Amino acid sequence: MIRALVQRAAIDVTAELDLHDAGGHGASASFIGRVRGEGDLAELFLDHHPVMTEAGLADLAHAAADRWRLSALTLIHRVGAMVPGDTIVLVLASSPHRAEALAACEYLIDRLKTDVMLWKRETFADGRVQWVEQREGDHSRAGRWDQA
Amino acid sequence: MALHIAYFAWVRERMGVAEEVVEIPASITHVGALIAWLAARDAQGALAFTEPQRIRAAVDGVMMGPDAPLSGAREVALFPPVTGG
Repeated sequence: MIRALVQRAAIDVTAELDLHDAGGHGASASFIGRVRGEGDLAELFLDHHPVMTEAGLADLAHAAADRWRLSALTLIHRVGAMVPGDTIVLVLASSPHRAEALAACEYLIDRLKTDVMLWKRETFADGRVQWVEQREGDHSRAGRWDQA
Repeated sequence: MALHIAYFAWVRERMGVAEEVVEIPASITHVGALIAWLAARDAQGALAFTEPQRIRAAVDGVMMGPDAPLSGAREVALFPPVTGG
């Protein structure tokens, strides 16, 4: 079962894990990304494309399912306004074996940073606003999977 | 040719609109030329597209490079490098 979606509402990690787990899996790997409260961050806003963002998540999920033997995959990215501590992204990857679950989870989080139409804007307590710049490290991490 | 253009993140803020339908000259045949044409069109375009190497594009829902042709295209999205995750 592949579940890939974009949502404005808070991500309910417990409910998603229950849904993902239905039926039981040999090995499940998870990644939970949260909004960091560094430098007096007041709000993190995620801009997205109404069609292409969710399609991009689904493409990534299917690419992972083609590459590893997975029994279930959940890939959920939140969009809109968030505050420090909020869950911004949830990746759950399950397989009969741990190596494939862990690899798929890492692949998805690396590729998410370079392949999917999402843009972060930070607003700080003093009113400063800035769009986050893509980091070179994100590309080198995502690129590793091309050679592997 | 009438083309629907959508802008995202700081490109949208600098353009001052989220999307528009523009009549582009027949000489504008690929994505890179469209970006240069928008940069020359008005002050907003100049601000948004001052560094074309920082602009990414999607044509009808597919990520494309600056050489991608516009013939037959209905919608072009222009945006900065993505920063999700």
